[in-house]
Amino acid sequence: MTLIKTKFNRRSFLRTSALAGGGIVIGFNWACSPGETVRAAPSEWFDVNAFLSIADNGQVTIMSPNPEIGQNIKTSMPMIVAEELDVAWEDVIVKQAPLSKSFTRQVAGGSGSIRSSWTILRTAGAAARQLMINTAAQQWDVDPKTLTTEYGVVKNGSKKMTYAELASLAVMTEIPEEVPLKDPKDFKIIGNSKKNVDTDAIVTGKPLFGMDFKREGMVYATAMRPPAFGLKLKSFDDSEARKVTGVSDVVQFGDKIAVIANSTYAAMKGQKALKAEWTSDGKLENTTDHDRELRKMLDTKQDTPRRNDGNVRGAFANADKVIEKVYEAPFLPHNTMEPMNFFADITDTKAELIGPIQTPEWTQGRVAQLLGREAASVTMDMTRMGGGFGRRLYGDFALEVAEISQKIKKPVKLVFSREDDMTAGTYRPASKYKFRAAIKDGKLSGYHLTGAGVNSGSVTRENWFPAGGIENYKVETHNLRSNITTGAWRAPITNFLAIAEQSFFDEVANEMGVDAVQLRLDILERAKTNPVGAIDYDPDKMIGVIKLAAEKGNWGNAEAGVSQGFSAYYSHNTYVAEVAHASMRGNTPKVDKVTCAVDCGIVINPDAAINQIQGGVVDGVGHAMYGDFSFVNGTPQASNFDKYRLIRSKEAPQVDVFFVESLNDPTGLGEPSLPPAGGAVANAIAKATGNRVYNIPFIKEEIIFG
Amino acid sequence: MAIYNITVNGEQRQVDVDADTPMLWVLRDSLDMVGTKFGCGIAQCGACTVHLDGNAVRSCSIPVSAVGEAKITTIEGLSEKGDHPLQEAWREHDVPQCGYCQAGQIMNAAAFLSKNPNPSDADIENATHTNICRCATYNRIKAAVKTAAANM
Ligand code: FES
Ligand code: FES
Repeated sequence: MTLIKTKFNRRSFLRTSALAGGGIVIGFNWACSPGETVRAAPSEWFDVNAFLSIADNGQVTIMSPNPEIGQNIKTSMPMIVAEELDVAWEDVIVKQAPLSKSFTRQVAGGSGSIRSSWTILRTAGAAARQLMINTAAQQWDVDPKTLTTEYGVVKNGSKKMTYAELASLAVMTEIPEEVPLKDPKDFKIIGNSKKNVDTDAIVTGKPLFGMDFKREGMVYATAMRPPAFGLKLKSFDDSEARKVTGVSDVVQFGDKIAVIANSTYAAMKGQKALKAEWTSDGKLENTTDHDRELRKMLDTKQDTPRRNDGNVRGAFANADKVIEKVYEAPFLPHNTMEPMNFFADITDTKAELIGPIQTPEWTQGRVAQLLGREAASVTMDMTRMGGGFGRRLYGDFALEVAEISQKIKKPVKLVFSREDDMTAGTYRPASKYKFRAAIKDGKLSGYHLTGAGVNSGSVTRENWFPAGGIENYKVETHNLRSNITTGAWRAPITNFLAIAEQSFFDEVANEMGVDAVQLRLDILERAKTNPVGAIDYDPDKMIGVIKLAAEKGNWGNAEAGVSQGFSAYYSHNTYVAEVAHASMRGNTPKVDKVTCAVDCGIVINPDAAINQIQGGVVDGVGHAMYGDFSFVNGTPQASNFDKYRLIRSKEAPQVDVFFVESLNDPTGLGEPSLPPAGGAVANAIAKATGNRVYNIPFIKEEIIFG
Repeated sequence: MAIYNITVNGEQRQVDVDADTPMLWVLRDSLDMVGTKFGCGIAQCGACTVHLDGNAVRSCSIPVSAVGEAKITTIEGLSEKGDHPLQEAWREHDVPQCGYCQAGQIMNAAAFLSKNPNPSDADIENATHTNICRCATYNRIKAAVKTAAANM
């Protein structure tokens, strides 16, 4: 049992009426709540702390503080609170919390929601449970230590009081300063799959997303932005746009032009009728230029390498054999299924913003700055997001709509068309890697990685695998400045670094004549027992997932006609290893299945975790196979799904997921299954066809795919 | 602008919009039925799938003036109580991640199963290939369609 300090103060405990709890009752069918018990509607709710309220009928409302982006946080976060509170999951109603100082890190990014909130959520539930116990102890005049709880009931032998009864009395009880947390092996909710709390609304078409948001008196806006990076607005003619039925206004803001209308379609049509002239605002860049510059960087020495262990120069000079390979990847748009959009109502007295956003607090601050107001005067409500993948970290759309609303003095929803979304994007930066390996006496004696990326800062992770496992080890990184906006894209940097690295290890193992899994295990053994320099990963955990994936994927014992590829990667504090199984269909390879082993500590919601991992793997396979995006004179060369290929049903491999059993604190799952996937595929393709792929998208390799 | 009388989920509705307005925006903006989603606007992604006389169509690419007497069914009207075998199967398999594409996936699958009630796995793959899921929930989409077919 762990004792943990609580940080809740008395003032957080408030009595509210069911009405004041606004929205809580909506959509909940009291007559047939799960468990088949008929329950009265609640008449009073007691807000125990920012995370939860208990009603006088036994219902519990639990707030999910972080933005829901499809990572299923809206279900898993409340599960953690409910576990420590010790109530039946069937009695829990989940609500999306607003942006509030009561919560910390209300961010969806870096696979960090669960990891950073784990103890906070547990404490919130445990503090409320202890409060119920202490209140019951007062009523019965006994020592709280003699009391137990189960499913929302405090027990003293055969005597019982429900949380529903205790909630109103608890208003008079002191909030406990220190509370015990459960032993993970006693968990009843955590570790048992619970359905996504929004599935019902999703499958029946209820409004949930920013795109679905409406407000009385609201108008719609679209915006025309410069068509190329390196252009700014010179002049525009809106006479045709204003003739479109439903268009009420056209306003310039910065280098952009907003079309205001009474429907989304009218705004889009108005935008198409705009005529704008653009003028130079910097270089008009081309992908061919980026490629040339990045390749040049790969052959350039970095003044201070990111890391330099042993004597790399000596290792390569004395090598029996040197293997050198270059891997290349393009920019990528995020292409969330729900295009960017946001609502704002900015008046002299209020600033209200509502929509899909991964970074509500940061964006609130930036909107406040734009408007020249206090951050506290800007409200920011989060809707469910139709995907994010990093794109909704940036909040540019919220700033745009705030500016538009301020100008037109109306509540307005800004909507991006798919073309707007794909061409005004914040892209995954293009990057390239050169890997070199020195082989001496059948051993990997030297390793030299040089990375170069566009606006990426560092494109290497020099203290992760294989750091510590190779005597002579050097990593260098270069950055190419560009006026194309780049940013985080699901598993930033590692989404391609892992593909390149894991493909290279496969090729090195082949050249050395050793098994690809064994080569990794040998390096990890060295990193574990006698590491060269400091490392930022746990070799034991990596070994664990590698062995589990090899076992479950029947590594080395493929069925006839099946070619296997192996890959393992550590990112966002989670360890993942994957075996891709490919077979030839005619002359081209197809990945039929990926076996995936994961160590993410305690698995909160197994079925949802598997869903997340499956999606990450298929996403990784998809973007490795098809992801392609380029620029000519600063202009994106694809703007919709007719020219931009995303993976579809027939191309998606089956993904089998296995977890390493663990009682360690949970780590993130939104990203870590993606990085290794492309490498596993590349290695399976190499085995199946005898040809290696070095460039994204793989589909462009004509020798393999025709 | 012109008045159009259309039948949506069994109800007569009247809208006053331009002839070229896609059904998608009539549903979402004029009729406040936002279950049908916008993804691409050019008939590529399937997020906007509805039924026109039982056939799956892309509402982003059908102007209201082309609908005529045809009966439109949207996700809101697929079943009265939200218990169409596909909706139930979606719950059972807990298919959605972000959820944005799923109404279109379900509508697409519903039209498919009404014509092919005993599909093979390959049939299901082909039928679901038309709709993009950016979260890549394809494993579960296929499994849920299979379950629904068995339960129908
Ligand atoms: S929005 Fe209609 S197919 Fe994409
Ligand atoms: S569930 Fe997110 S696009 Fe399909």
